[in-house]
Amino acid sequence: MLTTTQTIAWLNNFADKIETNKAYLNDLDTPIGDGDHGSNMVRGLTAVKATLADKSDADLTTVFKAAALALISKVGGAAGPLYGTAFLEMAKASKNGDADLDPLLTAALAGLKKRGGAVAGDKTLIDVWTPVTAAVQADQLTPAVISEAVERTKPMVAKKGRASYLGDRSIGHLDPGAVSSGYLFTALLETVAQS
Amino acid sequence: MNLGIVVVSHVPEVAAGVVTLIKQVAANVPITYAGGTDDQLIGTSMAKISTAFEDNSADELLAFYDLGSAKMNLEMAIEMSDKTVHLYDTALVESAYTAASLLQAGVPLAAVEAQLAPLKIK
Ligand SMILES: Nc1ncnc2c1ncn2[C@@H]1O[C@H](COP(=O)(O)OP(=O)(O)OP(=O)(O)O)[C@@H](O)[C@H]1O
Ligand SMILES: [Mg+2]
Repeated sequence: MLTTTQTIAWLNNFADKIETNKAYLNDLDTPIGDGDHGSNMVRGLTAVKATLADKSDADLTTVFKAAALALISKVGGAAGPLYGTAFLEMAKASKNGDADLDPLLTAALAGLKKRGGAVAGDKTLIDVWTPVTAAVQADQLTPAVISEAVERTKPMVAKKGRASYLGDRSIGHLDPGAVSSGYLFTALLETVAQS
Repeated sequence: MNLGIVVVSHVPEVAAGVVTLIKQVAANVPITYAGGTDDQLIGTSMAKISTAFEDNSADELLAFYDLGSAKMNLEMAIEMSDKTVHLYDTALVESAYTAASLLQAGVPLAAVEAQLAPLKIK
């Protein structure tokens, strides 16, 4: 069961990791994109942190929805509608009283696929969300599941997003959105699922 | 006129420039645009797109965009809008121009869409 306190701690931890790795995420986005993924995510997560500051008494749905709206309005790149949709779907799923991680992530992944039209293997953040969601469903999420999923994007050919315009030249680079999603789930392990 | 056009680009000047180009042949077609992020940086903004929908005097819109995330923000804005918005995965400049000149000539939507079909590139 996910609580409001855990979720706020999770998202603040995610925000800290994004801030720490802003330059690295921009660097990853430079050879296969437009070099802004770190800056985009920092803008979004700064707004998330700000909106969560007074939500400690709110319910989970309100927390996820506030995070989603902050990301949708502040990120400015593809990551905005994508992460925004993921959290909006988690808000909707938690409305049914479902505060377990498994149905929340399942709903978020379905929303991400619909929003971006990407499938597993397209070298996007979907390539991290898919195995992580499966691992959570099986109660087997570990740091290795996350890092291996991120690494697997390296040899892939990008089929979606800016990197897709490079065709085979996208091979050999980590997908920046996969790396930032790796931070999201590492933060989750550290703050929520460690029990 | 009941049909309008919305142009969405990552760059404010690109969106404005496409509109300058198509307005020349479509003086009576309602045309609005959204370019860049809220901070005028390169990117797209769902809020700006929603405003472009609202500010357009037509209640049925044809929307054209440049790259990937513009489509995602357009789709989110469409889900929140009361207007009917048709979204085309076509070459931005050519398809906006095609739609503008045909709508100015009073051509119905189905015939406009038939002309847009071969311009699909994404
Ligand atoms: N269609 C898509 N489906 C899923 N993920 C996508 C898609 N397009 C992009 N991404 C993810 O978004 C990441 C890039 O995010 P970023 O914030 O840099 O957006 P961007 O591509 O610069 O956006 P824009 O094109 O608006 O400038 C990619 O690394 C990829 O993981
Ligand atoms: Mg980018």
